[in-house]
This record gives sequence, structure tokens and C-alpha cells, in this order.
Amino acid sequence: MIDKSVESAQAAVADLFDGASILVGGFGTAGMPNELIDALIDRNVGDLTIISNNAGNGEAGLAALIREGRVRKVVCSFPRQSDSHHFDAAFRAGTIELELVPQGNLAARIHAAGAGLGAIFTPTGYGTQLAEGKESRIIDGKGYVLEMPIHADFALIKGTVGDRWGNLMYRKTARNFGPIMAMAARTTIAQVSQIAPLGSLDPEAIMTPGIFVQRVVAVPPKSDQAHLEQAA
Amino acid sequence: MKRLDRRQIAARVAQDIEEGAYVNLGIGLPTLVADFLPTDRDILLHSENGVLGMGPAPQPGEEDPDLINAGKQPVTLLVGGSYFHHADSFAMMRGGHIDVCVLGAFQVSTRGDLANWHTGEEGAIPAVGGAMDLAIGAKRTFVMMELQTRAGASKLVKACTYPLTGLACVSRVYTDVAIFELGLDGASVSEMVEGCTIEALRALTGLPLTLAPSTAS
Repeated sequence: MIDKSVESAQAAVADLFDGASILVGGFGTAGMPNELIDALIDRNVGDLTIISNNAGNGEAGLAALIREGRVRKVVCSFPRQSDSHHFDAAFRAGTIELELVPQGNLAARIHAAGAGLGAIFTPTGYGTQLAEGKESRIIDGKGYVLEMPIHADFALIKGTVGDRWGNLMYRKTARNFGPIMAMAARTTIAQVSQIAPLGSLDPEAIMTPGIFVQRVVAVPPKSDQAHLEQAA
Repeated sequence: MKRLDRRQIAARVAQDIEEGAYVNLGIGLPTLVADFLPTDRDILLHSENGVLGMGPAPQPGEEDPDLINAGKQPVTLLVGGSYFHHADSFAMMRGGHIDVCVLGAFQVSTRGDLANWHTGEEGAIPAVGGAMDLAIGAKRTFVMMELQTRAGASKLVKACTYPLTGLACVSRVYTDVAIFELGLDGASVSEMVEGCTIEALRALTGLPLTLAPSTAS
């Protein structure tokens, strides 16, 4: 019997290791798997490479992981925000490395990894500082940059409802990177508000098929609310 | 001459967005355009974080932390709107499905090169977000900005000195004094505010501007 559900966030991240590369879902705080990250902080692992759109907001989730000094490198599109003070401080102190990637290239590179593509030619960034040192090519009169896929050891993502096969649904703009990150990691761990009985999700509406997900953990939405209040 | 304020520039941009258009408004100044879109046209706003048919800010107390725009502010969804993941969202942008995108700028060159993501200043933390995808992906990329910096330097330039966002991607620039059409042949002026002249614009920019056919003022 396939049962990917695990009993707690702590159990879900029990094998994350020092030096791991981790895709972290979310755009700002929407879709940020705060409880999985909290469990990761409790594990006391470090030297992590985090791939995420932002570099933490406020005090919760990724921001807390950076605050605790666990992150060696961030690969992201938009680190600097009004509430990214923990990243800003670490960057200015020289204790964190940044690889800046245009957002669409970040998505395409993650998707390429999940889809088994060796690399992609993207028009985004062509002729700019972010393409320096990279191979480029003119195809049909237009310039493209060769970008490599982004594989990771783990993906931590957040959905609303899942089932024991790992099928997932997301809510509104909290979907963002979830479906493509799920594809690109060796081990994808999803926190959901609720684990529903197998067969109760509409097969026409499943957004991430369970093949891309290795672990599902139910985190009641009440604690999400607490995080919001804490962030406010 | 009578310069437009930011809301007036936004209103002028909004007039040029056609019925049925899929539009992305960049973070900052361009978001003002949404307030002036003609209500008798079906215009669908796209947000890079996975929304088509984005509506205005919710009423106080109605905010949903799972429904935000690219600037991470709470928004609403119009009837008929949809949500999707990032690969689809950027396929819409990069794949030429978005009709118009409106961006702010530090500098734009007369051939349409755009610089709007990084000043390159020492100690500044760079952030690019979706700016590079938007600049080169939309069918038409418009810039809205004040023509001059606070120090009086023209932001429409022969060649950008700030780090580039995209090459030859901007086709039109809406400013507080005039509208400029850009192309590989250089910049022409298609509209000027009351009291403005082509000579005044040449003096403000230091550029050999021409008048576009049927220029209004």
C-alpha cells in the first residue's frame, strides 16, 4: 500500500542533511511551508543551499532559517524586499552567497530539471549582466542564453489538500512554484492543511500528481494563522 | 509647459490599452494604470505569481494571504479569472502571449534598451524578479516614467549606463512631458503636453529627436 503521509513535520524532514540543496516553495509568504522550515531549524542542519523566489520575509519560514545562520547560499530572483532584513544583514556581512536568477529562468530551470531536460536556451537576460560568461546563441534572429537545470536534494512545498498517494491541490496564488519544484527534487515533502481520503480529490482538479511527491504531512491551518499574526 | 503628474501619466497609458488585451503592469508606478483602465473594455490583468483576471485591492478585512500580486499586496480575482503555476505564468510572458506590459525605468535608450532592475551602486543588493522576462516577452513593452531624474538628467538616453534589463525591447515611453516612439532608427515624439515643443524636448534630452507623423499636442 502506498502511504506517503507522515505523522509530523519533524518526521518529514528527519533525513535533511548538512550541505543539502533545498527548493523552497512560496512567493513572498504565499505558499511558504513555514512549519516544514521550523522543523528543519529544530534539526540543527546547516550549510544549506536554498532555491526560492525570495530570500525570506519578516521573521517566519525562510527568514528564520537565514536568521539562524543555516543557509550558505541563496538562489533566487528577488532577495531585496522591505522585510528581508535577515537576508540583507547576512549578505552585507558576507556570510551568505547569492545567485541572482531572473524569475522566469528560475521557473524554467527548475521545470527543466523535473522534466529531464539537459539545459534550456532562454531569451530572458540575453545581453545583460546576468548572462555574462554564459553560452549564447542566435536562433531565428533572436538571442538566447544557455541555462542549466536546477536539481535539488529536497523540495519543501505547501498545498491545501493532499492524499496518501501524494496528489496535491493548492490554493490561489500559493500554488506558484509548488508544482514545478515538486518535479525537480530527489525528495519532495509537501505540507498540506488536510490529508483527504484517497479518491476524494477530483482527478480533473489534481494539480500535482502524486508521482512527484514523496512525503505529505498535515499541518492544520490554525498554525498558519499564527504565523501571519507573528509576521504582522 | 504643463507637466503631467504620475496619475495623469497612468491615465494616458490606460487610454492606449485596447479591448481584449492581456496586460501586465510592473511593480511601482505602472500599477497606477489599473485605476484608469476604461471600464467599457474587457482588459485582463496578469500577475507573474499566477493570476489572470486580477481585480483591485480587497475591502479592509477581506484580505486573503493566498491571493496577492507581484508586489505581495492583497488583491482580488475577477469573475472568469484563473490561477496557475510559475512555469505557465512565465510561458505567458516569455512566449509572447501578453499583449502589453508597462514597466518603470531608470533609463531607456532611443533604440529601446531598458535599464530598470539595478543601479549598480556599491552595497546595493541586486533584485531582478520578473523584470527581464517581462521586458523581452510581451508583444509590446511600454515604459512610464518622468523624463528627468530629480537632478535633471534625462532618463531617455542614447545608451544606458545602468545595467540592462533587456535589449531593444521598449517600443514606447510615456512621460510627464511627451510620448516617445522608439526603434532602431532612434526616438520620435508622438505626443506632447500643452506648451511643449520638439526644441524643448531636444534641449531636455540632448537627443536628435524627430516628430512622428501626426504628432498631437
